[in-house]
Amino acid sequence: MEVDYSGDIMTLNMGPQHPSTHGVLRLVLKTDGEIVADAVPHIGYLHRCFEKHVEDVDYAGVVPFTDRMDYCAAMNMEQGYVLAVEKLMGIEVNDRVRYLRIIMAELSRIASHLIAAGTYGNDIGSFTPFLWCFRDREKILDFFEETCGARLLYNYHWVGGLMHDIKPGMEQKIVEFVDYFEPQVDNLNRLLSDNYIFIQRTANVGIMSPETAISYGVTGPNLRGSGVQFDVRKDEPYLGYEELEFEVQVGKGEHGPVGSCWDRYMVRIREVKESCKIIRQAVARLTPGDVREKVPKRIKPPAGEVYMRTEAPRGELGYYIVSDGSLKPYRLKVKSPCFTVMSAFREVSRGAMIADIISILGSFDIVLGEIDR
Amino acid sequence: MTSQEIAALLSERFGERILESKPDDMNPWSAVDPSCILDVCRFVNSDDRIKMDHLELLGGVDYEDRIEVVYVLYSMKHRHRYTLKCRLPREEPKVATVESVWAVANWHEREAFDMFGVVFEGHSDMRRILCPDDWEGYPLRKDYKAPESYRDMPV
Repeated sequence: MEVDYSGDIMTLNMGPQHPSTHGVLRLVLKTDGEIVADAVPHIGYLHRCFEKHVEDVDYAGVVPFTDRMDYCAAMNMEQGYVLAVEKLMGIEVNDRVRYLRIIMAELSRIASHLIAAGTYGNDIGSFTPFLWCFRDREKILDFFEETCGARLLYNYHWVGGLMHDIKPGMEQKIVEFVDYFEPQVDNLNRLLSDNYIFIQRTANVGIMSPETAISYGVTGPNLRGSGVQFDVRKDEPYLGYEELEFEVQVGKGEHGPVGSCWDRYMVRIREVKESCKIIRQAVARLTPGDVREKVPKRIKPPAGEVYMRTEAPRGELGYYIVSDGSLKPYRLKVKSPCFTVMSAFREVSRGAMIADIISILGSFDIVLGEIDR
Repeated sequence: MTSQEIAALLSERFGERILESKPDDMNPWSAVDPSCILDVCRFVNSDDRIKMDHLELLGGVDYEDRIEVVYVLYSMKHRHRYTLKCRLPREEPKVATVESVWAVANWHEREAFDMFGVVFEGHSDMRRILCPDDWEGYPLRKDYKAPESYRDMPV
């Protein structure tokens, strides 16, 4: 954005303890009056060097570590990891495991997008959507709790299978939840998405062009918000997503240029409905089977390297694993979607108003646990 | 393009500067002479047949006798993937930055510097990114020993 600055620049520190930074993120703003000339993110406050720790644990022991990256969508984090190890070892799981994994991943995606929408509304100044979203998210967490005992950090995906099968009759309850939940999305649209104030705060703010997005390695809903039709579930399917019918939602720019904060937000809301479609189809295809059928006694992949990516709620999650043929990963590198989108923040926020910084940050839907790892 | 075709194209274009290619691996890759990594990256990004416009991952691996910088590339246009590798000496690893090719490389390279001590020459902002600025050592190197304290705080 081209802005004439007066030259009277003030440096303003925002965070790391700031309610709108969704964790411990520090931004150093150079402001000219109300206009932000430069916003430099400083990350690393949650850095645990997980990639170093996992070099000292066996392959099965890595799963709980992956949970703690994106704690809002831990199911998807561990799913990406076990798929990478399975690819390295050449394990093919049975149909029940595949569909249960899809169901869990999509439920987790809904829960994660509900946090995104709820907290975004909260950032912009409306409190009710937050409560509505968390009310429905609780129902999803109840399913997870019933299945594996944990509400946030599950250790549910195992290499070669799952920790437990779902309880008898739960598939019916999941469908009932989806039936209940879909109309709630329309309620949320009436309350928040189509709200005049909300649109004014988001629709012409933080425009990210498709070229910028691709150059900065932005993925997931943030990329699709810029109008790029790309979804790993469609373009490089895993777990049998190619058998299921759903649409890739992209930003259309109903209320301003394509790639605005509103577009990024709205992609998530529309994706939630697609996830409901996927869950219904996956439940209908569930067949009996043993979820631990292919769990190996000892996880010892052959020497080699693998790159596996999955579509996590916040974008493309990649695992690059180097194995030396021993019981522990020689090197594990995570491509974190939040890390790459955060690197685009400086570019997108240049020339915005101070209040818009919150709006842009919220629309990126970052989780600092995943950025800092 | 298949990975075999990409490997053949790279060898044809850069000859001996492509040190080794394994297009049949599970993760197909080519090792590139570090001195020409920027040329190779510019080529794979701009050539219409390959058009790797998306840098998916950039990271280091410490193999104890060398440090490798890994570039996992993907093409949004052609939907194919290929990996480039740069083998660097463990003492003073240095390689040119590819920031000008993919903007996201800025942060990825800072992370590789932070974790492995790889210096990316020509980088606009070569600072640590995850660890504090005054942190000592490079945590993801295999011979790294964690310090017992940092600024009088036990680690």
